[in-house]
Formats: sequence, C-alpha cells, structure tokens
Amino acid sequence: MIAGVDGFMYPNEVELQWSLLIVLYPYITGLVAGAFILASLERVFKVEAVKPTYRLALLTALAFLLVAPLPLQLHLGHPERSYEMYTTPHGSSAMAMFGFVYLWYLTVVLLLEIWLEFRADIVRMSRTTKGLQRLMYRALTLGSQNVSPAARRIDDQVGYIVTVIGIPSAFLLHGYVGFIFGSIKANPWWSSPLMPIVFLFSAMVSGIAAVLLLYVGSMKIRKTIIDMRCLDTIAKYLFYVFVVDFSLEMLDLIHRTYEADESFRSLNFMVHTKLWGSHVLLQICMGTLAPLAILAATQLWRFSAARRRMLYVVACSLTEVGIFAMRWNVVIGGQLFSKSFLGYTTYKVAFAAKEGLLPSLALMLLPFLIFVVLVKVLPPWTADGSAYKTHA
Amino acid sequence: MDASRRDLFKIGGKILVLASVGATLEQIVGAEPAPDAYKMADHWWGMIIDIEECIGCGNCVRACSKENKVPDGYFRTWVERYVVEEGKQPQVESPKGAMDGFPPLTREDVKSFFVPKLCNHCADSPCVQVCPVGATFLSPDGVVLVDPNYCLGCRYCVQACPYGCRYLNPGTDTVDKCTLCYHRITQGLTTACCENCPTGARQLVDFKNPKDPVHEFLRKNMVQVLKPYMATQPKVYYKDLDGSVR
Repeated sequence: MIAGVDGFMYPNEVELQWSLLIVLYPYITGLVAGAFILASLERVFKVEAVKPTYRLALLTALAFLLVAPLPLQLHLGHPERSYEMYTTPHGSSAMAMFGFVYLWYLTVVLLLEIWLEFRADIVRMSRTTKGLQRLMYRALTLGSQNVSPAARRIDDQVGYIVTVIGIPSAFLLHGYVGFIFGSIKANPWWSSPLMPIVFLFSAMVSGIAAVLLLYVGSMKIRKTIIDMRCLDTIAKYLFYVFVVDFSLEMLDLIHRTYEADESFRSLNFMVHTKLWGSHVLLQICMGTLAPLAILAATQLWRFSAARRRMLYVVACSLTEVGIFAMRWNVVIGGQLFSKSFLGYTTYKVAFAAKEGLLPSLALMLLPFLIFVVLVKVLPPWTADGSAYKTHA
Repeated sequence: MDASRRDLFKIGGKILVLASVGATLEQIVGAEPAPDAYKMADHWWGMIIDIEECIGCGNCVRACSKENKVPDGYFRTWVERYVVEEGKQPQVESPKGAMDGFPPLTREDVKSFFVPKLCNHCADSPCVQVCPVGATFLSPDGVVLVDPNYCLGCRYCVQACPYGCRYLNPGTDTVDKCTLCYHRITQGLTTACCENCPTGARQLVDFKNPKDPVHEFLRKNMVQVLKPYMATQPKVYYKDLDGSVR
C-alpha cells in the first residue's frame, strides 16, 4: 500500500507532474485575455461606459502577461533550455507555439497598443519631468516626439487596428492554453473539444472581474468617486459572459454524464471524493452559482449605489475564487486519477519547495507589484480620477 | 608529383569540409561501414509478451533497474498482478513495480495473472507528438527515445502517454523511459528484461527481420495491444491478454 494512493495507480503515476505552478499559468493568462477583451469593448465596440477602465485594463493585462511565463519557466526541469522552444519548435506539439503566441501578444498587441495609447502622455512627461524620470520617459518615446493632432489621429487609427487584431489574439492566447489540455487524448478529464472555448470564456470572466476589482480598489485608494455607470456596465457584461461560461461547463458535464464512457465511473468517483471541495463547493457553488445569483439579482432588482458596489465586489471576488478553483480542478484533478481508471493519488502542496506554495504566492503577488509600478509610470487616470479622453 | 600533390590538397580539403560538418571518419575516407555494422533502416523493434508464461518473479524489473540505473521509485518496466472476480472490478497491484515479486495469492476461486508493462514504443506515439522541442522521437528502427541533452523537463509527454511509462528522472531533471535497451540491441544483444526472464515470457522482436519468430507468433496466436482505442500503434503485443487489463 502506497501512502496517499487509493486503489491502483501505474507506478510512475503516483507523483503528480504538473503542480500548483501549472495551475497559475492558465489562471494568469486567463486574466490577461479577459482584461484585454474588456479593454476592447470600449475601443472597438464603442461601449463608452467602460471608458474609465480602458487604460486600467490594458495595464492589468500587461502586468499579468509579464508574469505569465514565469510559472512555466520555474516548473521546467531545465529552464535554461527554454530557448529551444523558439529555435527548434516541434511542429506537431501544441505546446511548442506558446512562445510565439506569447511574444506576438506581448509585443505586437499589448505593448504596441499601450504605447500608442500613452504616447502623448509619455511625450508630455518627458518634457515636464526631471532627472532619471525624464530620461526614462524620453526613452519610452522611442524618439517619437510628434504629438500634433494629425499624429494623434494616426496613433488612434493604428491603435484601433491593433485592438482589432488583439481580440482574436486574446482568443488565441487563451483558447490555445485550453487546447494544450483539451488535446491530450490519454486523459479523459482533459480531452474535450470544448476545453479551449471553456477556457476562453472563463478567461473573460476572470479578467473582467479582476479589472472591476482593481478599478474599485484603485479608486478607493485614490479616494476618488467610482463611476457607477461604468461599474454597472462591467457587471452586466460579466453576467452575460458568465452565463455563457457556466452553460458551456454544464454542457461538458451533462455530456460526460450522459455519455458515461469507460472513464466516467472513475471520474465521477473522483468528483465526489477528492475533488468534492474544490470542484463542487468552491468552483460550482461558491465560485459560480453564488456570483451568478448576485449578478442576476443586480440585473433584476434595484439596489442603492453603495449596495451595488458591495455586491459587485463580493461577486467578483467569489468569481476569482471560482475560476482559480476551475484551473486547479483541471490541472490537478486531471492527475489525481489513474489512467488505468482503477485508483487515485493525492496531491499535497509543499510550502517552500521550488513548486510549492511560497513561490506560487510570490508569483501571484508579482503582477500586482508590476501593476503598481505601471500605474505610477503610466497613470491611467487624470488628476481628478476621470478617464483620459485620448481616442475617439 | 603534381598530380599527387593535387590529390593531397583534394583529400585535405575534403577532410576540412566534412570535418567541419561533423562527418565520421568513414564518410571522410569514403569507406563503407563494416558489413555487420548496425543499420537502423534494417530494423523495426518491438516486443511480444506471453501472459501465460509470466510468473511475476520481478527478474525483469530488477534487471532493467540495474542495467539502466533507474532511480528508486521509478520504473522503465514493471509487472502488475490482476485478480479478476466475476462481476467485480479487477483488483490490481504492483508492489514496488514487482521489484521483489509478489506475495503469494491466498485465494484460488479467482482468475489471476501477471501483466508485464513497459513503453509500447508506439508508431504513432502521442508523447513524440506533444514534445515542444522534439527531444523525444521515434528512431528509424522504431524505438521511442528521449534526448537527455535536449529535454526541457516540461513533462507534457508524461501527461500524453496513455500507459504511464514516463517519469521525470530526479537525477537529470529530464524525462526518462524504457529505451528498449537501445545500447544493447544495437550491439546485437537482447534487452536486459528479456535476457533475465526465466520463462521467456517477454521477447524482443524485429518486425523487419523475415526470420524473426514474431511473424509466426502473430500468425498463430490471439494477440492484443494495450488500449488499442488510443490508436497509438503500440509495438508490444500481448498473447492471451484479458479484457480487464488497462
């Protein structure tokens, strides 16, 4: 009898290969994709009400995107060889394209859009600041000092095109992460053509909720008025996307249950035992049904502004818990059962180990630190707290 | 004299050019390899396993572990004991991969048999498919190998293997697995597990060798591969494999 094992596992299966760090990876990339899609709502789909969060969403996406590859890097047995993904990518591997998708998204989409959006401010600050700050802003202008109305119009037009390209890129970034799991035929918990689309919608849910929380938090810290029209609109979109996300996940669940293939008995047992807490309680009840009910209530009944704010914050916080639990259940859940369907293993998170809780917490805090720095360097709001009106 | 000097320059130039692209001495001097040298294109390796013959002694596991310096707790090959009772889920065990064999079975009113497992060296291998840098590959002679100097240790291949045959070697931090004793079979030897099997339950076979007994084995016996629905084209064939085996 092996400790932590119930039934029979193939001997090499007892130890989990993908740990908490790999849970962080889809969670963080999801936040990036979701935040960017929220930003594009304003830019491309002209949802004016969410304008106060446009810049904030871009900076949120960048802060998380910069951290996204770190858990993967830390997880590798040989991180010093990760450059091989760029130099000799294996054409048939779903994972091989990650580096390219990431670089595309970082440089062509996000950095370019942020630079175009903030260019006029960067030029202004390169003229009004002194010392090192001045040097930094001068460098950030990339030599482009022209902020004439004509030049700004070009910025705006190019920015629009970049955002239009960015939407499918955001879909690609996270849909692709779903495909990495969904294409593993050996693992029935992962293998599903719905996986990329479920990942994508859950990414939008987590990203939108994160931006709402960061917006409310930033306004509280800055002691400025929260734009309730903006908050109501974000909450409305969050609700709609969440309904689609939940429907897709339920469709997957119903399909599996009804089809009941040879893996079903094993997976069903796992959900009712080892994954009961994280899947049924955290992900479905607390992280999905509860926030959906709260958001539905705010759509159905009238609440005061203060009450709505509180409800939105609670719903978004629960949403983040739910989506994190979803990532956990996919990554960890997919390794708790034997591919023989005859047994289960246990995953215990180490604390200070390389793939333990401590580095994971550090990696989750890092985007927030980067976010604070980004907000200092590229302020997403005017002195009175209102949104910049930089583009049409 | 002029002609020989020219020849000398020609050979010297050839050596320089070929040496610079890493050519072998044989290629440089233009010599044919020895007639008995191993040619990958002439082989297509696999294994046949006779369930009836396996006695669960664990010799194969020990031999493999010693031959390939397999780290403790990991297995390139292991043996499972199935105990199948009518109408019930099979009871399977593989204590320490059967490194020390199995305790005697006390019940006689059940069906029981041993199933040696190893990498199936699939022709359509999902582990090869998913490796992001091509560090794991199917050799021209049909053996799935890992280049330890190239593997990132991302373990995507471990997830993709339906048979649980791969592990991360804690000594090298790269993925490791059965190589079908490639260092031995390319020298005309059999694998360590086959050599040490007292009953001949497992035999290395070469599908490209027309004289190999595998052809008669496949013709005369009912054989099966593991998880055929995975469509990975395994090259380890089992005789008399029970339907309960996963």
